Amino acid sequence: MKAFATLLDRLVLTPSRNGKLKLLADYFRDTPDPDRGYGLAALAGVLDLKSVKPAMLRELVLERMDPVLFQYSYDYVGDLAETIALVWDGGEKDDSTDAEQPSLSEVVTRMNALGRTEVRSAVRDLLGHLDPSGRFAFLKLVTGSLRIGVSARLAKQALSDMSGHGDEEKPAHSRDVTEIETLWHGLEPPYEPLFAWLEGRGERPVLATPAIFHSVMLANPVEDGDLAKLDPADYAAEWKWDGIRIQMSSYGGTRKLYSRSGDDITGAFPDIVDAINFDGVIDGELLVGGTLRSNSPTRTFSDLQQRLNRKTVSGKMLEEYPAFVRAYDLLFEGDVDVRARSFLERRGRLGDIIDRAPHDRFDLSQLVPFSTWEELDRVRLAPPDPVIEGVMIKRRDSVYQAGRLKGPWFKWKRDPYNIDAVMLYAQRGHGKRSSYYSDFTFGVWTETPDGDQLVPVGKAYFGFTDAELEVLDKFVRDNTVERFGPVRAVKAEPDFGFVLEVAFEGIQRSTRHKSGVAMRFPRIARLRTDKLPRDADRLSTLTAMVEAREG
Amino acid sequence: MKPEALLHPTPAGLFCPIGRFHVDPVRPVERALITHGHSDHARAGHGRVLATRQTLDIMRIRYGEDFCQSEQAAAFGDEIEVDGVKVSFHPAGHVLGSAQIALEKDGLRIVVSGDYKRGVDPTCAPFEPVACDVFITEATFGLPVFHHPDPKHEIGKLLTSLKQFPERSHLIGAYALGKAQRVIRLIRDCGYDEPIFIHGALARLCDYYTSQGIELGDIRPATLEKKDPNAFKGAVVVGPPSAFQDRWARRFNEPLIAFASGWMMVRQRAKQGGVELPLVISDHCDWPELLETIGEIAPSEVWVTHGREEALVRWCELKNIPARPLHLVGYEDEGD
Repeated sequence: MKAFATLLDRLVLTPSRNGKLKLLADYFRDTPDPDRGYGLAALAGVLDLKSVKPAMLRELVLERMDPVLFQYSYDYVGDLAETIALVWDGGEKDDSTDAEQPSLSEVVTRMNALGRTEVRSAVRDLLGHLDPSGRFAFLKLVTGSLRIGVSARLAKQALSDMSGHGDEEKPAHSRDVTEIETLWHGLEPPYEPLFAWLEGRGERPVLATPAIFHSVMLANPVEDGDLAKLDPADYAAEWKWDGIRIQMSSYGGTRKLYSRSGDDITGAFPDIVDAINFDGVIDGELLVGGTLRSNSPTRTFSDLQQRLNRKTVSGKMLEEYPAFVRAYDLLFEGDVDVRARSFLERRGRLGDIIDRAPHDRFDLSQLVPFSTWEELDRVRLAPPDPVIEGVMIKRRDSVYQAGRLKGPWFKWKRDPYNIDAVMLYAQRGHGKRSSYYSDFTFGVWTETPDGDQLVPVGKAYFGFTDAELEVLDKFVRDNTVERFGPVRAVKAEPDFGFVLEVAFEGIQRSTRHKSGVAMRFPRIARLRTDKLPRDADRLSTLTAMVEAREG
Repeated sequence: MKPEALLHPTPAGLFCPIGRFHVDPVRPVERALITHGHSDHARAGHGRVLATRQTLDIMRIRYGEDFCQSEQAAAFGDEIEVDGVKVSFHPAGHVLGSAQIALEKDGLRIVVSGDYKRGVDPTCAPFEPVACDVFITEATFGLPVFHHPDPKHEIGKLLTSLKQFPERSHLIGAYALGKAQRVIRLIRDCGYDEPIFIHGALARLCDYYTSQGIELGDIRPATLEKKDPNAFKGAVVVGPPSAFQDRWARRFNEPLIAFASGWMMVRQRAKQGGVELPLVISDHCDWPELLETIGEIAPSEVWVTHGREEALVRWCELKNIPARPLHLVGYEDEGD
């Protein structure tokens, strides 16, 4: 447990992706089997471990200490697992040594072998044998609330990073993350064959079923001059829908739904998974609302968000936010790999499968006819549905190849929205940026009974160059009017302040923000030192954007 | 005599009406007895100051020659008569020169512990328990959550990180008096003998510690002739935490922020401060040490000053030890 607990302690406080990768790769390299495999499963969110209710943990700690002292402690720390981890030793000094602490695999094996009546005493015993950091890790695992900013994808990237190091006599090949993702869902914790292969000690693991995740093919954004070199006759276009990209994988009764990074999201979408009546692997867009065939509208991304990031889903959710899949592509037909066939041929086969699939849960993405790039540009800018965010352009003869190759597929998004806003607050960044004010809250004008005032509408922390950051940081330091902990309020008056041109991908209504609107993916496009705050946009401009979007 | 007649809280701090002096007053007074040199306990501008030689030296370093009108040095264990009150200074184990102050009159003895700790610290004399009727304890870390680990284990985390991230400058936040020197000394005791770079605010106090026989090894100013991003690659830099949020920190290569403090026990505290590598190293007692000390001294009454008074008072109540909070204001967490 020691190695895993130490890793968690570091990961929680390490903001940079590279820093996390280094910590993870070192952990996988230095920790023996089977512990590292259970650690990997925990980080990837697939560790199967008997859960413990917070109420039981509270009872266990109150057996040992005064409830008033516990309450003072809990009020101070604010997190139950951490409080219990810290107060467990009470007035005694922690005298545990690293050697006598149970390993992660011992903890997992023991917990999963317990009968219902044995849980309480086993948890008490384990807490007594772990040090504070081990207790914290253990409590986070058994309460299922391990939130440390590590995605399954990042853990797999770390596996790729740790591979290829073998010993000097027998250097191992470095393994690409897409290859690891392909294998991933066919393997079980503690992943000993996977580690053996990564370290060059074993063969590539053989998978029993094709109902696993296959790395997805990605598109490049269209950049200036890209299309001029290409013949429109070689390409097909389809709408780019504003949902989330998913992969459906079904074979021999095993039906799975994966996010585009390979996270298993089957549990959150029983409405889709139960409706799958085909074998194969399909690439598509997950959306909420009605299919084209059911003649009811596709709903917005904010509706879809109600269904995301949940482990389970209530009946009411299923009814109010029905999900469906708009199919884009076919990777396997039954157990036959069709990825090497052309896009148009794959699409033909996909059309047959979707025709026979339940009409309320599946439809086929429509092709957008066009003969010139100018024509496609016009339809792109005036899409027939507000949930469309642009077009996809795919070579008619393109094979399905994992990764982001330049040439076969392009995405041509609707242009971003732009507004001029005024900097209101700034906060210091993290890591490399910890000495810079690099997170900016910005606002626009709105009419109030006390006259025009600036209301915050969003926050952006990228989009600017290093040189621009120097300018922004200096402005913050020179014009701070108030401090709230790490946050500084800056001078923002009609004739003095900093105007930022903010670009964003979408906008929707929000009850969480005072302004009533929330932007998607806002970033600072330009510093408008040529403008005064009085020239900045008004909230009514933003609400008009929301209304236009809602149609 | 009631203990309150010998010593009681006033807005300026603890006051002894018989001896006509204050202990660690937070505003200028005629006569002050000072436990240690942290700025919330030792302020400039008093008339007469009685403190240990080292505390007086530290006050002079921090405030200049005219930090008070007249000074008197107290040696550990010596009995000094102040207007009929017997006063003596005893090691507190907090920082260099830190002392507990015992006051005695007509057989009643009160010990003002100031800030103190029980853990091993090679940069100051260890805490000595003094029998007394009233023990006045701090409670900076007076909650059952605080268990300070072995500081060498914490330095181990730093040395591991230096190996894992050899390209990054490791910036350790440590308060200028006491913690900084203790951290440097701990790093040395763990076998690290590369140069350690320090912020200018630490220079004079580090020099003073060295002059008092506390070896700190090769320490150099963290200054540059011209900007060179590789200058402090993989180096250990010690400075006051506030400096890391300042433009000063930009001279370092991908700085990794560490902070040596007892507060680092709580993850959220570390996270809010932007700390990547928390080092739980404290110059105060943790919860078990507070309980151990009260048990060992066995005073008939405990008064609790700054920190989380309510939890320690609650514990005393549960143990049938009369206790009360003093609600003194003006003591911050400097020094940890």
